[in-house]
Amino acid sequence: MTAPATYKAVIDHTVVADHQKVRRWGWAHVVEHMVLRMRSYVSTMLLTGIGSPFLYLLGLGFGLGVLVDQGEGIEGVPYLTFVAPALVMATAMQVGAQENTYGVFGGFKWTNMFNAMRLSPVSPGQMAMGMQAGTLVRVVPMLGFYLVALVLFGIATPLRALAMLPIGLLLALAVGSAVMAWVATQKDDRGQLSFIERFVIVPLTLFSGTYFPLETLPGYLQPIGWISPLWHAAELGRAVMYDMAMSPLMWLVHIGFLASVAAIGAVLSVRVFRRRLDG
Amino acid sequence: MAQPVISARGLTKRYGAFTAVDGIDFDIAPGESFGFLGPNGAGKSTTMRMIAATSTRTDGTLSVLGLDANHHGPEIRAQLGIVPQGDMLDEELRVIDNLYVYGRYFGLPRAYVKARSEELLDFAQLREKRTARVDGLSGGMKRRLTIARGLINNPKVMLLDEPTTGLDPQARHVLWDRLFRLKEEGVTLVVTTHFMDEAEQLCDRLVVIDKGTIVAEGSPQSLIREYSTREVLEVRFGSARNEAAAGRLEGIGERQELLPDRVLIYADNGEQALQAVTERGLEPVTSLVRRSSLEDVFLRLTGRSLIE
Repeated sequence: MTAPATYKAVIDHTVVADHQKVRRWGWAHVVEHMVLRMRSYVSTMLLTGIGSPFLYLLGLGFGLGVLVDQGEGIEGVPYLTFVAPALVMATAMQVGAQENTYGVFGGFKWTNMFNAMRLSPVSPGQMAMGMQAGTLVRVVPMLGFYLVALVLFGIATPLRALAMLPIGLLLALAVGSAVMAWVATQKDDRGQLSFIERFVIVPLTLFSGTYFPLETLPGYLQPIGWISPLWHAAELGRAVMYDMAMSPLMWLVHIGFLASVAAIGAVLSVRVFRRRLDG
Repeated sequence: MAQPVISARGLTKRYGAFTAVDGIDFDIAPGESFGFLGPNGAGKSTTMRMIAATSTRTDGTLSVLGLDANHHGPEIRAQLGIVPQGDMLDEELRVIDNLYVYGRYFGLPRAYVKARSEELLDFAQLREKRTARVDGLSGGMKRRLTIARGLINNPKVMLLDEPTTGLDPQARHVLWDRLFRLKEEGVTLVVTTHFMDEAEQLCDRLVVIDKGTIVAEGSPQSLIREYSTREVLEVRFGSARNEAAAGRLEGIGERQELLPDRVLIYADNGEQALQAVTERGLEPVTSLVRRSSLEDVFLRLTGRSLIE
């Protein structure tokens, strides 16, 4: 049908969607969407991001730290130096888990993010990967605030603080993709989502040699630390921050463990996303 | 028919032991407005999802824009505009951002998507809601935004799943008006609906679908001509007396349907039929003569009403 000259057509047939480009960059568009969503809660993000490092460092430094340092500190360093890398990593773990608990569950059930993306050329695998990349985008500023605080408190040099960042990101990726692989299988929230925080994240923080060396625990509790991504990342953090002694083999073990958890979680997540989004 | 944009043969979807779509055949021509009319649960939405390549078919063949839907999902969706039943908008984002993020999923450049979003805001008559959050919009506005979102990639084919379900009459007419514009431009529209007036308004041709199978196919007018009479007389005798009265109506009109609340008499001349009813000494509480609709076609074909 011919339209009058003044009529502006709604459809412009000269513009064609580029599904080849989406095949390469689909995940990045998912990140873009997540960043836009962050705008609505940026103030809470800033508040907790800046507030919690100071609270923890002040509390532990002036409290527990004073007590511990009356002895000889831990592993020959002041308590705050010992605990700081683990606190940074615990933050990375927490943000990675949170984003992939409510972000993933909500993406299927509340915000419809994934269901809407499904109507575009973006594939379910790209959604899962984009979500992980978007989590890292959120982890960076949270870790950033912490690391700046460490420098301000004189606990770390800027260079050593910066070196903690990639470890934190690897940890967030490992925890994030593992949590995603499970949460994506959950169809209804009957309170089980909060179990992750209560019965996984908190216990892991307590038994991963965060506030005290893992070796302090009785032998039968130490394996909890060995399978805890947080312990592996905290050890790496300590090696980076105050040259805690670590053999090349253990470097490999720690990095290898985190990378494996991230990889297995990612493979499972992609599989679950695919299955769930094929109606 | 010109080379069809969508073509299905023996299209089947099974979920375990349940067969949602049971071996249906159809062809949709470019520029055509094609409808799937049927009650809830007939298999319409499942068919739409298979066309959108978001649901893998169990059996048969399905070609969309010349591509096999089971193997070219992303390529097919790049050229479709999909308006799903439940809107699926990001309620925490602003109206304009909903259009923007979605446009980016099609691999379109930032600047283009920005300009296109503004254009579609006008098309959807949502200019003054530009920076409002989606959760504050009315049902009709959300629906228009969903249609605008579906247009962001300049699709060749629009899939609309129950486009006006849940909207008030005024909002429905605004929406139909927008869809007419697309139809005039030659966009292929594929619509599912359980409203016969919507099917009559929007569809050049439709299939009546029931329990996963196609029971009739044609234009709304031809279906009415084939399966119904020109007019319908609806008479009510009060719910307790309808059945008794129906027994005394034998021979009036071509055919009769006894529903719980009324009796339908199919006749080419409804007024004459009404006269015949009163001549038999029956006095209906209310009577109404109307033109036949797709509802009557459906009732004839399945023995059931569309909206139950």
